[in-house]
Amino acid sequence: MIRLKTLGLAALLAFGAASAARAQEVKTPERQSWTFAGPFGHFDQAQLQRGFEVFRTVCANCHSANLLAFRNLSQPGGPSFSESQVKALAAEYTVHDGPGDDGAMFDRPGRPADHWVPTYANPEAAKATLGAAPPDMSVLAKARGYETPLWRSLIDVFTQYQEAGADYIYSLVALGYSDKKDPNHNDYFPVAGNHIAMPKPLSDKQVDYADGTPPTVDNYARDVTAFLTWVAEPKLEERKKTGLRATIFLLIFAGLMYFTKKRVWADAH
Amino acid sequence: MSGPSTYQPKSALGRWFEARLPIGGLVHSSFVAYPTPRNLNYWWTFGAILSFMLGAQIVTGIVLAMHYTPHVDYAFNSVETIMRDVNWGWFMRYAHANGASMFFIAVYIHMFRGLYYGSYKAPREVLWILGVIIYLLMMATGFMGYVLPWGQMSFWGAKVITNLFSAIPLVGNSVTTWLWGGYAVDNPTLNRFYSLHYLLPFMIAGVVVLHVWALHVVGQNNPDGIDVKNVEKDTVAFTPYATIKDSFAVVVFLIFYAWFVFFTPNYLGEPDNYIQANPLATPAHIVPEWYYLPFYAILRAIPDKLIGVCALFGAIIVLAFLPWLDTSRVRSGKYRPIFKVCFWLFVLSCLGLGWLGAQEPSGGYVIAARLLALYYFGFFLVLLPILGLVETPRTPPASIAEAVLRGKTATIDQH
Amino acid sequence: MANTATMDEPTRRDMLFIATGAFAAIGAASIAWPLINQMNPDASTIAAGVPVDVDLGGIKEGQIVTVKWRGNPIFVRYRSQKEIDEAVNVDVAKLPDPQADADRVKKAQWLVLIGVCTHLGCIPQGHDGPFDGWLCHCHGSVYDTSGRIRQGPAPYNLAVPPTAFSADGKKLTIG
Repeated sequence: MIRLKTLGLAALLAFGAASAARAQEVKTPERQSWTFAGPFGHFDQAQLQRGFEVFRTVCANCHSANLLAFRNLSQPGGPSFSESQVKALAAEYTVHDGPGDDGAMFDRPGRPADHWVPTYANPEAAKATLGAAPPDMSVLAKARGYETPLWRSLIDVFTQYQEAGADYIYSLVALGYSDKKDPNHNDYFPVAGNHIAMPKPLSDKQVDYADGTPPTVDNYARDVTAFLTWVAEPKLEERKKTGLRATIFLLIFAGLMYFTKKRVWADAH
Repeated sequence: MSGPSTYQPKSALGRWFEARLPIGGLVHSSFVAYPTPRNLNYWWTFGAILSFMLGAQIVTGIVLAMHYTPHVDYAFNSVETIMRDVNWGWFMRYAHANGASMFFIAVYIHMFRGLYYGSYKAPREVLWILGVIIYLLMMATGFMGYVLPWGQMSFWGAKVITNLFSAIPLVGNSVTTWLWGGYAVDNPTLNRFYSLHYLLPFMIAGVVVLHVWALHVVGQNNPDGIDVKNVEKDTVAFTPYATIKDSFAVVVFLIFYAWFVFFTPNYLGEPDNYIQANPLATPAHIVPEWYYLPFYAILRAIPDKLIGVCALFGAIIVLAFLPWLDTSRVRSGKYRPIFKVCFWLFVLSCLGLGWLGAQEPSGGYVIAARLLALYYFGFFLVLLPILGLVETPRTPPASIAEAVLRGKTATIDQH
Repeated sequence: MANTATMDEPTRRDMLFIATGAFAAIGAASIAWPLINQMNPDASTIAAGVPVDVDLGGIKEGQIVTVKWRGNPIFVRYRSQKEIDEAVNVDVAKLPDPQADADRVKKAQWLVLIGVCTHLGCIPQGHDGPFDGWLCHCHGSVYDTSGRIRQGPAPYNLAVPPTAFSADGKKLTIG
């Protein structure tokens, strides 16, 4: 009996080793719980503000977000910074503008109407320095996802699952860097044999949180993912709120139409 | 649209106008007095739903065209500007993008309904062929519309679909160069697709008018597939009866539509289309919009380029010959026991092909696609001609009135 | 009793039809609003309409500088003493659109105007016309050195945008 068990254990171990050897396989992200999911989904303002902090101090060093305007940061349904905060923030950045009256380009402080000022002027410049062009983050949360089996997709339309991009980004930055030896290995990166050009971007205590939220990689990843979801879909809250109103209206309207139809057809028989 | 009308406006002004342009009579005879069979079920409301969707697509499309920039450098960002900055732009754009899917869902139901109840059979052959033309125009419009946001799927979709024409012997490459206006899909391609995407819906609207005209000449088919014998007993007036029923169906369909627009707007899309088009990198896994997937699966099931493309187009063209392929004397599938089974297998094969169209074209998937494609063509070219000769259909009711009565007693019996 | 029943029936029926009709009207109206409102200026247009700064140092006496604000030309005119006198020594009551020069400028030498003719929107030509101000060549409206309408079809004076001078008077902010 014992021998059998040992054998079994050995087989298990061998199998485990085999699957470790096949760790090159791409992992499917676990589904996380997000405040912006579902019909009542909304953004957590404090989380977006923290997420912006992570984006600005970490991500933005390499990534651009060309569709994000400073003014967006104070609009409703977002991080909702005050207008004066946004003005001050924009002024910290230098915008290349012009040509001026003398025909030359010039630098000026940013204004709320300006778009996010990227670290690298263009993807080519980023590639020249970093070795690979980091993707623009404007709609990144909508541009990422993962394969879902058919049965799951069919359920997803009823549960209104639209957070595949968020789950992927979170998993990638918070959980994917599992290989201590290879900083460019990521379990969730679907191409090039899990080799991602971006080395592990986040570490504990890297960003200061003003509101006392523990400064951990997990929190950073969650917050910045929420922020990126908002950047990709700044009208999400407005959309879902309008959708609830529209759905309730349509349900009542359909009910009324049903009874009206019955009344009208009652004459036909 | 069904000949001279006896309509007389009540007001003197109305009569004055009517004597000069009898548009009131036209509307009255087509949409008020027009007799509709009493026994129509809710599958018959999809004509109205489709009319509504065409209108919705044209209206939201005109709005989007006010803000969109058809240029390879600006197209992607102009769409995102619509989503972010234009007042209600997110709503217009999601309503339009999902509206295309809703349009196709409705048209597929409409087509399967026609197929099941034999709506293509004499005297409705022209009506049916006009429908096939509308469907072809819809596919062209949908395809070109999908190119406009200039994402990765837009670009590679455009490239793959236009390359279908390179299969034409001898002139294929000249044709694709002509379609592109260059040596690859580029700015000229985007501009002409934009122009045509704006034009085609109005052509659809034109053919829809002919479709409705043809419908009103021959009258609607019905679930029992029998002709109207007594207008009094067998039909009801279009208004209010059909109008109110259609309106109810449209509102219910709107609930379904709203679900996608407001809560799962990207469910039917592809994440890759949120990456700006890159002519130098094909995405790992490219798929067309879901409504083309069955045909895409047929294309990939065949290892030869020319034959594959022919099969793809043949799968659509065969629909136009349907009125002559089906040899049955009985119209409605309701009274054809073997046809019924074949029909539902056909529906399943279409769904199966749709699913396979989104899978990697390798191994078992290709074999499955070949089997289903075989059934697809076999259904039209073998089953339908033979079934009409060998099948013994049940006897349909003598009249629509009798069918309605029969349906009623059946429900009473159940109670 | 039978009477009330027959009376009740149509009433309830009408209520249903009215309610359905009302819902249809509300639905149509709430879909009409986005369709109309989408043509209003979008968020980026509104945000881009921020104030613009003009450096007054480089402008010479008698010169008119044109800057763009919210898509329109803004005239900044450094008026000479003669031009100021012409603008001030006028019987205001007799003007087509009576307004004193002092109500149109913050500092007498700096005249700032929205350079759009109040007739039909053309841009008037500076230092032109019988009043040394502006002449709109489209339909012949004549403005004086205060930008007031003096002759021609335009009904109003050239509009004055909101302006502010910096503390040292060297910079002008428009908007």
